[in-house]
Amino acid sequence: MKEIILIKDGEIALKGLNRCNFESALAGSIRRRLKPLGEVEIRKAQSTLYIEPKQEDYDFEEALNRMKKIFGIAAFSRACVCEKDITDILAKAPVYLKETMESIRTFKVEAKRADKRFPLKSPEICAQVGEALLNAFPHLSVDVHHPDEIITVEVRDYAAYIRGGQIRGAGGLPVGTSGHAAVLISGGIDSPVAAWTMAKRGLMLDAIHFASPPYTGPRAEQKVRDLLGKVSQYSGVIRLAVVPFTEIQEQIGEHCPEEYFTLVMRRMMMRISSRIAAQHGCLALITGESLGQVASQTLPAIAATDAVSTLPVLRPLIGNDKEEIVAISRKIDTFDISILPYEDCCTVFTPRHPHTRPKPGQCEAAEEGLDMEPLIERAIAGTVYSYIDPFVKGETDP
Amino acid sequence: MEPLIYLDNSATTKPCETAIAYLNRVLSSAWGNPSSRHRLGLESERFLREARQAVAARLHCREEEIIFTAGGTEGNNTAVFGAAMKGRKRGNRIVTTAIEHPSVAVAMDRLEQQGFEVIRLKPEKNGSISPEQFFSAVTPETVLVSVMLVNNETGAIQPVRAAADAIRQSGAPALLHCDAVQAFGKMPIAVEKLGVDLLTASGHKIHAVKGIGFLYLRKGVQIPAYLVGGGQESGRRSGTEPMPGIASLYGALKELPEEKNQLPRMQELWYYARDRFTALPGVEMNSPEGCLPYIFNMSVMGYRSETLLNALDQYGICVSSGSACAKGKGSTVLLESGLLPRRVDSALRLSFSRETTKEEIDRTADALGEIIKTMRKAYTK
Repeated sequence: MKEIILIKDGEIALKGLNRCNFESALAGSIRRRLKPLGEVEIRKAQSTLYIEPKQEDYDFEEALNRMKKIFGIAAFSRACVCEKDITDILAKAPVYLKETMESIRTFKVEAKRADKRFPLKSPEICAQVGEALLNAFPHLSVDVHHPDEIITVEVRDYAAYIRGGQIRGAGGLPVGTSGHAAVLISGGIDSPVAAWTMAKRGLMLDAIHFASPPYTGPRAEQKVRDLLGKVSQYSGVIRLAVVPFTEIQEQIGEHCPEEYFTLVMRRMMMRISSRIAAQHGCLALITGESLGQVASQTLPAIAATDAVSTLPVLRPLIGNDKEEIVAISRKIDTFDISILPYEDCCTVFTPRHPHTRPKPGQCEAAEEGLDMEPLIERAIAGTVYSYIDPFVKGETDP
Repeated sequence: MEPLIYLDNSATTKPCETAIAYLNRVLSSAWGNPSSRHRLGLESERFLREARQAVAARLHCREEEIIFTAGGTEGNNTAVFGAAMKGRKRGNRIVTTAIEHPSVAVAMDRLEQQGFEVIRLKPEKNGSISPEQFFSAVTPETVLVSVMLVNNETGAIQPVRAAADAIRQSGAPALLHCDAVQAFGKMPIAVEKLGVDLLTASGHKIHAVKGIGFLYLRKGVQIPAYLVGGGQESGRRSGTEPMPGIASLYGALKELPEEKNQLPRMQELWYYARDRFTALPGVEMNSPEGCLPYIFNMSVMGYRSETLLNALDQYGICVSSGSACAKGKGSTVLLESGLLPRRVDSALRLSFSRETTKEEIDRTADALGEIIKTMRKAYTK
């Protein structure tokens, strides 16, 4: 019995003339994600994508798992392909649905007759398929209000399809359709969630991490890689830039007033990040800031850091409470990594009493002692790039 | 790069040559199951017996008093849960310390949830529990006293004998358990003199491989088995004997010098280290005078432990910030000893082995001196 995966693309359906661009991007995402599992054919029709494996023993379970993490998919399901002929449908339904039907008590049948040339009307399809299932599984009864399972028969352009319930997709827009942006990632709870949130809106991700060896160690950097590994299961490959930050932090400690340390540090990060991001075609920066969460995330502090970025700074979590952010981080499986206790560059020199309400001009004054341009240039020159690929693992396997 | 300097021997030690040779033997030729009746089994059983005798000789106890385990955690869990279950009908009180290893401390938390009254004695400034505390804490309702012989972070030696005397004086039915993981093979231990009923040790702290340890269970004392099944170890720890680990422990013991002969050299090394490190600015000792000279804990004020660790790692020097089991967290042992948080945040633990040399201490002190000179201090609260 031939099986395929049916995909409903949600929000894309609302797009106008560039809809086909979004659909191609989604098809591309799917193709890349499923590639290691074997060849598939992807077709599009009526805001549905059809994924048809070319091999017999296709790993549907794993394919469905991966599908859950592809942005741009509203819902999807596994379905059985039938000829557009009620006899074939009635013959295949009890066989294909056997496992499902044996594990439930009540069901209902819904029919979608996209191809209006099909001789039977939707209620007639429902009645006949329902009867066939009741005959095959006498323990079942029909419940049209609260069924354990909804069985759907879709009659479409190429064929008819029988399927059980749909699985909810990750939603959002296909990665890449909104362009390219770079997330500043430290290793905390917020930045991976911010990255995921923006990838969901169709951004392709770069990541920028500031490392201050030996104040910070190799484990802090590995932690960032592990976090991005989780995010990349949704966003696809991420380019990671690790910026050497030791010299700058030491210089700030040397030449700037202590209470400005964090502010000046964040301004340096913004300056460097916007340059690196622009070099790689990114149109925005992403941070995990949430208003008022810490001293550097007050409105005056945000204004002071925004002032030096040459790119727009997206702050998707700005209005979220910590609990809401934690809930997402648990969902995307980054929480347990985020809470590992390694020093990162933000915790190394935390001032005793950080300034929370800098006035315009004060940060500039605090930065006067820094030999700004050469510091930035050296940091950018020393930056090391690598790629985080969602499905490459096991580097330490002997 | 200069050769690696490994000063984290309380986390684990390098397996010694004899340990590896013995391990190889039970992997390649004598790989039988000691319970089998054929010649391979017999050979294995003989080897097992020799190993058990070697362990017993170190503790001055009988060979049947030794139960092989998978390591310190299993030994501690078995002893603490077993003794508590056994004593449950006779009393409800358990006395332990606030500085035990997590494999005792977390077991105690669980017993507390199950309704036991758990008394956790706090150390004095020198990192040790005072003997008087045991005399006032142990009551006739006490069923278990568990105290470590050497603290894993400071090296402070605990008055285990006083705990035994306190039990005797109070007339309590309590069993005395001692976590000797950091002490075994490094200081002489005579279980009878120490007065303990149960004692835990681990192989990989004395140059055997990981995954092997033993529990001493005084003859006549019975506690419920933790692992049940085929009845190995006289029914006290079921499961086919882990011969590779046992062989490596046997090998390690063959190579291990007699503890009392080794101590003077280690003492000298410890004092040498103390003189070298305390000469550096901002270094304060956390290990007390008279501690086990294998453990050396200090704080480098103004620097975070993790930063110092990373910096020393760049010199090829491996140390630790506390116990390897609690990486990243501020040490509860040091906090319980009454040290200020900023001092605890700056703590470094060096732990020596019999192979540690003065030259290695020198190189480490020189590196730390350079680090202090060149790196910026954190703003300390």
